[in-house]
Amino acid sequence: MKNITTLKEFACTPDRFNGGHRLCPGCAHGMIVREVVNATDDDLVISTATGCLEVCTAIYPYTSWDVSWLHIGFENAAAGISGAEAMYKALSKKNKSYNPDKNVKFVAFGGDGGTYDIGFQSLSGATERGHDFLYVCLDNEGYMNTGAQRSSSTPIGAHTTTSPRGKLSYGEKNRKKDLTMIMAAHGCPYVATATPGSKHWKDMAQKAAKAISTVGPTFINALSPCTTEWKFKPEDTVEISDLAVETCMFPLFEIEDGHKLTVNYKPKNKLPVEEYLSKQGRFSHLFKPENRWVIEEIQKEVDRYWEYLLRREEAGV
Amino acid sequence: MATKYELKSKEIWDGNTAASHALRQAQVDVVAAYPITPSTPIVQNYASFLADGYVDGEFVMVESEHSAMSACVGAASAGGRVATATSSQGYALMVEVLYQASGMRLPIVMTVVNRALASPLNIHGDHGDLYLGRDAGWIHLMANNPQEAYDMTLCAFKVAENKSVRLPVTTNQDGFLVSHTAQVVEPLDDDTAYKFIGDYTPMNPMLDTSNPATYGAQTEEEWHFEFKASQHKALIDSAKVIEEVFNEFEKLTGRKYNLVESYKLEDAEIALAVMGSAYETAMVAVDKARVEGIKVGLVMPRSFRPFPYNEIASKLKNVKAIAALDRSCPMGAMGALYNEISGALSANGQAAIMTNYIYGLGGRDTTAEHILEVIKETNENAKAGKRVTDLQGFINLRGPKLSFN
Repeated sequence: MKNITTLKEFACTPDRFNGGHRLCPGCAHGMIVREVVNATDDDLVISTATGCLEVCTAIYPYTSWDVSWLHIGFENAAAGISGAEAMYKALSKKNKSYNPDKNVKFVAFGGDGGTYDIGFQSLSGATERGHDFLYVCLDNEGYMNTGAQRSSSTPIGAHTTTSPRGKLSYGEKNRKKDLTMIMAAHGCPYVATATPGSKHWKDMAQKAAKAISTVGPTFINALSPCTTEWKFKPEDTVEISDLAVETCMFPLFEIEDGHKLTVNYKPKNKLPVEEYLSKQGRFSHLFKPENRWVIEEIQKEVDRYWEYLLRREEAGV
Repeated sequence: MATKYELKSKEIWDGNTAASHALRQAQVDVVAAYPITPSTPIVQNYASFLADGYVDGEFVMVESEHSAMSACVGAASAGGRVATATSSQGYALMVEVLYQASGMRLPIVMTVVNRALASPLNIHGDHGDLYLGRDAGWIHLMANNPQEAYDMTLCAFKVAENKSVRLPVTTNQDGFLVSHTAQVVEPLDDDTAYKFIGDYTPMNPMLDTSNPATYGAQTEEEWHFEFKASQHKALIDSAKVIEEVFNEFEKLTGRKYNLVESYKLEDAEIALAVMGSAYETAMVAVDKARVEGIKVGLVMPRSFRPFPYNEIASKLKNVKAIAALDRSCPMGAMGALYNEISGALSANGQAAIMTNYIYGLGGRDTTAEHILEVIKETNENAKAGKRVTDLQGFINLRGPKLSFN
């Protein structure tokens, strides 16, 4: 497992994911991906679901990837990487490895659309089969590549183009699917949440290092604030990430072997959810008097979930 | 190292057993598959081979056919020999990824046991799945009996992995009529079969991590057309490689396969075109018709894709009337064989009278007697010098006559 100490040292790691890609200025995807692929010294094979990351990083004849990279479709990043991993095992077994002296690790990236929704079956299958890979969900809470349609990760109250605010609507009506817990329920050796907050770069890099070095299927759900469709300024990505953690809208925790839960960061002063919601245009309608109750409901749910995490950690079961 | 499987010079195998032994002998590195009737025994047999040490690759039992083909794409781009099997609805679920496999020029071999597509649900053989994958950019080879299911699967690897081809290949056998019908099959021994196929030669493997490869990049209007056109050209040009592989196979086994198979066509005045197990039924019908003085022959594209236009037109240059028999409902058009053959004739300045027959949907029995009727109708057209029968008819269909002109 790669030892990650200082930001300066980590930032000087030779890039496997290069700049010059076409992600929006302020997009968190690039920050997360760069941290993940630089969190190991082993060679990598990457698979990426259709989505922002894919369309912005491998437009022929260019590529941002200095590692082997595969994109098949929207729903099959996990199935694709499971095939590549199976080939690695098969060739190792047959003494036909291409680079017998090197360890190769397998990482798949998908947005929340490609992970929570259309790719969920493929992810669940690859996880259940026990392939040795890390799956990172770049969770920007909707189909942002195609202009902000809702997904099962979209939180209650968020405006999207398919759960729009309107005279009769306060935006998304359904609660965000708890995918991290669902992945833990597969019995994965390692599941974690992460986000590119100012205090949390190391948390994310270390989680990626741990996940990649763990044998078996591992999963990181990384909140990826979307400047373009969440409607905040491009320079505020890190602040939004911080607020997600400080309000406990997106708590940082990890679960080992499907049950052992550790909360990785506990805010000294848990901020009210308004602090997070008010910075994003997608929630602006919630501050109208008739929608205020939605904010209260969100706060209640956040409090309930935070309490659940703390109690579960304390119980140690 | 996989244990050798001692085979007799003549085995009694059904089509599924034949196909699974061919996969075993190819020493496939990764098989990713999902069971579906009637190809399930291929997957089961492969699992048994693994359990007994007769294969030593990875067997990935995925949660759907979509993931089966996706895992095949991942495995093939990683750099090794890959195969799978499917039928019908499973094939339909794979279709998205079939296009991706061929677009990435990955030499995956898929043994397809042809079965009808729902709705209504039906587990029996027709070519609905094959026709669904017609434009997917795969090579499609036809096998009419268990021996051919074995032979075509061996040949499929050699064609797919040829450096100038690098395209995925399906081998097709009729559900139940071939897949579950035991016949004598003369297999090669394991060493000879493997030697015929040869070692897998990698091309841009992702696992050669010292030379990273990018698979599945995006191309918009600047490049997409060039990619697809060159893929199409490779598919067209693969016909030459298919013939070379067939020639090599003949030298090894004495069994001769051709891009276009034919039967008693030399002096024929009329011809039937038909693919799959019905080709053998049609041979019986041809013999009966010839006793009655009708000079009839048969053609079958052994390779449905690439479609051997010129070869089939050349075979048919002396016939006056042709009936194309399609085992798939064309749904608002003429059958694929009718269209392809009409196009082939037209391109070569030939003008035989063409008719189309739809038969055998969902496993509906098609006997030599039924086909003899088709021969007689086709002969009426030849004698009249113009089409006097329906343009499109249905063989052994109950209820009101649905043919049309």
